Amino acid sequence: MASVPAELKYTKSHEWVKEEDGLYVVGLTDFAQEALGDIVFINMPEEGDDVVSGESFADVESVKAVSDVFSPVSGTVAEVNEELIDEPALINQEPYEQWLIKVKDVSDTEELMDAAAYEEFCANEEE
Amino acid sequence: MGSYIPSTAQERQKMLSAMGMSSTDELYASVPESVRLKELNIPSGCTELEVREKITGMAGKNKVFSSIFRGAGAYNHYIPSIVKTITSKEEFVTAYTPYQAEISQGVLQSIFEYQTEMCQLTGMDVANASVYDGAVAAAEAVFMCQERKKQGVIVSGTVDPKVLAVIKTYCASRSVEVKVLPVSDYATDMEALKAALDKTSACVYVQSPNYYGVIEDMDAVVAASHEAGAKVIMGVNPIALGLLKTPGEYGVDIAVGEGQPLGLPLAYGGPYLGFVTTTNAMVRKLPGRIVGETVDAKGKRCYVLTLQAREQHIRREKASSNICSNEALCAMTAAVYLAAMGPKGIRKAAESSAAHAHYLASELCKIPGFQLVTDKPFFHEFVTTTPIPARILEEDLAAEGILCGLPIEEGILWCCTELCTRKKIDELIRVIKAVCQEVA
Amino acid sequence: MELLFERSRAGRGMDLLPDCDVPEADFGDELLRQEAPRLPEMAEIDLGRHYTELAKETHGVNDGFYPLGSCTMKYNPRINEELSGLPGFTAIHPLQPENTVQGALQVMYDTEKLLGEITGMDSITLQPAAGAHGEYTGLLLIRSYHLSRGDVGRTKIIVPDSAHGTNPASAVMAGFSVVSVPSNDDGGVDLEALKAAVGDDTAGLMLTNPNTVGIFDPNILEITKIIHEAGGLCYYDGANLNAIMGVVRPGDMGFDCVHVNLHKTFSTPHGGGGPGSGPVGCKAFLADFLPAPQVRMSDGVYSLYAPTNSIGQVRSFGGNFLVVVRALTYILTLGREGIPEASTNAVLNANYMMSLLKGHYDMAYDTVCMHEFVMTLEKLKHDYGVAAMDVAKRLLDFGIHPPTMYFPLIVYEALMIEPTETESKETLDRAAELFLNILEEAKTNGEELHHAPHDCYIGRPDEVNAARKPVLTYSFA
Repeated sequence: MASVPAELKYTKSHEWVKEEDGLYVVGLTDFAQEALGDIVFINMPEEGDDVVSGESFADVESVKAVSDVFSPVSGTVAEVNEELIDEPALINQEPYEQWLIKVKDVSDTEELMDAAAYEEFCANEEE
Repeated sequence: MGSYIPSTAQERQKMLSAMGMSSTDELYASVPESVRLKELNIPSGCTELEVREKITGMAGKNKVFSSIFRGAGAYNHYIPSIVKTITSKEEFVTAYTPYQAEISQGVLQSIFEYQTEMCQLTGMDVANASVYDGAVAAAEAVFMCQERKKQGVIVSGTVDPKVLAVIKTYCASRSVEVKVLPVSDYATDMEALKAALDKTSACVYVQSPNYYGVIEDMDAVVAASHEAGAKVIMGVNPIALGLLKTPGEYGVDIAVGEGQPLGLPLAYGGPYLGFVTTTNAMVRKLPGRIVGETVDAKGKRCYVLTLQAREQHIRREKASSNICSNEALCAMTAAVYLAAMGPKGIRKAAESSAAHAHYLASELCKIPGFQLVTDKPFFHEFVTTTPIPARILEEDLAAEGILCGLPIEEGILWCCTELCTRKKIDELIRVIKAVCQEVA
Repeated sequence: MELLFERSRAGRGMDLLPDCDVPEADFGDELLRQEAPRLPEMAEIDLGRHYTELAKETHGVNDGFYPLGSCTMKYNPRINEELSGLPGFTAIHPLQPENTVQGALQVMYDTEKLLGEITGMDSITLQPAAGAHGEYTGLLLIRSYHLSRGDVGRTKIIVPDSAHGTNPASAVMAGFSVVSVPSNDDGGVDLEALKAAVGDDTAGLMLTNPNTVGIFDPNILEITKIIHEAGGLCYYDGANLNAIMGVVRPGDMGFDCVHVNLHKTFSTPHGGGGPGSGPVGCKAFLADFLPAPQVRMSDGVYSLYAPTNSIGQVRSFGGNFLVVVRALTYILTLGREGIPEASTNAVLNANYMMSLLKGHYDMAYDTVCMHEFVMTLEKLKHDYGVAAMDVAKRLLDFGIHPPTMYFPLIVYEALMIEPTETESKETLDRAAELFLNILEEAKTNGEELHHAPHDCYIGRPDEVNAARKPVLTYSFA
């Protein structure tokens, strides 16, 4: 498995988060994309939609499955990565480069793990 | 008694013995004794010859009309001989849904061809592999347009009442409000439409030609709806599209309709074919199966069921539609029909249907008491007044082997197809005149 | 294979319609389409050969064994096809006066009575066009029932985790939310979980029995009692009715409402995905909610009527009528003795085939099965890297349609086998032998299986690319 970037925070549902210019940037981890297989489509929220910590804000389709993506934070969608709508494969190729949404006006944050804790969490999941 | 079980009593016993069982009763040990059925209370089975006689007897009790001037959602068009020949092929008839692409290329390719033909006919970008019928197609289309902030549904009062009824059923269960627009001179009331539209409006459903046969002002419907941010669903008659301006040309978002006129018999209402076509932008909102082109491991062109993650078997309670079985063989029928007719044939069927309807209208209006209820343009259906009770006319025409137009509140809804030849129309007119004289 | 559009040649076509014998209607340019649709232009012979070629690349029940679990791919009798094609059925308009369609109404009435007796229900509607459409219709009856009693808080439908995807999807369409209950180790409903799930908000339960792992739930009477005591109703998904016809009836097990699939249980063909037919039956207390119109008979005269509190219409006309004609032909042919015989032999065939594979393949549940059984290839995948999909695809090389794969979701690496009653012992013996051969290949040459099938018209298709960059129509040059 690819290394888990140290500068990001992680959820138990395999999203990564980082704070950047006052916005929370959310993506899917390498573990998640590996488990999902070839991603064929992402149902994204729209700018201005509210997201709630621990609740689904998008779903990711592979050929024979669909999985929810959960928001690590509560707030408002400031930006959506439109590129992924046309090229969902990018998530498989570079999960940590590809964010899904940026969230503003964040009011609440889920309990997040650091890289080391997340790595250990994944190791347990794999067993 | 008939049976389609190959194995003999001895063979069955052998199979039981091989499992260490002595009776088939042992197979049902998990069924509580208290509810085990002693015997079904239905007639004893019969041989093929006996069942043939029974069923043929029932068929014989139906009256097959030699002239049919009734449409209202089911249309009596000519079905080319090759259509039935092809769609009766056992491979097509007895196959399951083509989930196993490697041994289903025939069915898959035929659906891909159907999708292409329906897009050509409607002028839209993409089509699904079918839904149950035209009414369900309209209801499913309504739900393609539902967004979190836009859920209002507006339906023109000129649509087929059966389609409206189904839309209402589908919307009621999900607590979606349906506004029905008033009718203005047998067409959609445009002022009422504009008044009904607001920013919560998800979609507007208008049928053209509408239930009364009138060709609606779709340009106006599209302009008003899109301006308010609502999607437009257009209900169409596929034969009419051989001639009339297409939903694609009008710029609608979804075109739906009843595909029965495309080579399917009247068959007392089914099986029919609901088609749904839409724009590329809305492809992932389409309900039901869709076939796409791809390549196999060696790079050979092939076809598969695709975008399956939209569907109930994957998305379960989050799926926007529950459709599983569809009307695949009916879609193939439409595909063969359209291929047999070709661009010229479909135009001819449309022109001939319209021409005969207009001829019938002008001949009818020469009889005192019959009048077109509106002077709006119509395709192959129209409504007239009648000087005598419609039910009497219906009965007297039936005695002559003619199925009268449909009696509706506003008068009689007439329909002609290419099968309503001049000779048949002249005969109809002759009988009507005689009935009128008799009643008078 | 070339597409219709690639075979098309400008100027070709068939002479089907005479020239119009009345003056053309004048619409003016405004109302006309600007370009002709690019439909194929073909001679009849080319059109015929095109579809003959497509037919050769299509596998139907008449081409070979089709043990597709949960789909009941039994033989589709020819007489059904022939009789449903009688002009007395095909050439009648759905809005003809009732006195001119007495035969059609009789077909419907008789079929309703027969299905009512087989399912133990008091009333039937033939309107739903497929199983899922039936589920939706049945759930609307349940919804209307609760609402009619002012019992507005019943908003939840309980669905076992082994259920078909249509169940939860239908429940949501009918305005309910879904509560999933887990299965127990024997594949049945977990009674404790069920008891915990029911309450004042329970509208009903949707259950397939025998369930999707091919097991008749021995606690069925307890299950329906729990739901009824909580004030809910029980919906029977008839997907697996082929196991129990004439042996036990949903109506006697405590179900209030049921759908059956004429295209599974009652031998009507699947047509490459449809048309099906999914009649819904209900107990008398729900009959008043049935969709309109319904058929009734008085003094030998049949007529249509709308039930007083009808849920409305779920489609334009009265049902997939020609499918109903086929099913009626089938039921009359089999009759009182043949209907249970069909089910008993479906169960016999499934158990026999399971007995041939047991000890070689792992069964998900090691017990007597009903009309189908589920194997789990989890160990094979773990030990040899060969997945259920690989085994299934290899079967294609031998002209056998694979079993249902990866369903139900609660069994890992699942293969679900439903032989049906219309297969002979030799067919089952031969198929079992093939399964064992493939197992041997998996253990000795597993890598090869990843590339199966080898002898089909195409190899495994690239489904990822198909979904990422959908090409859904032919691109004209």
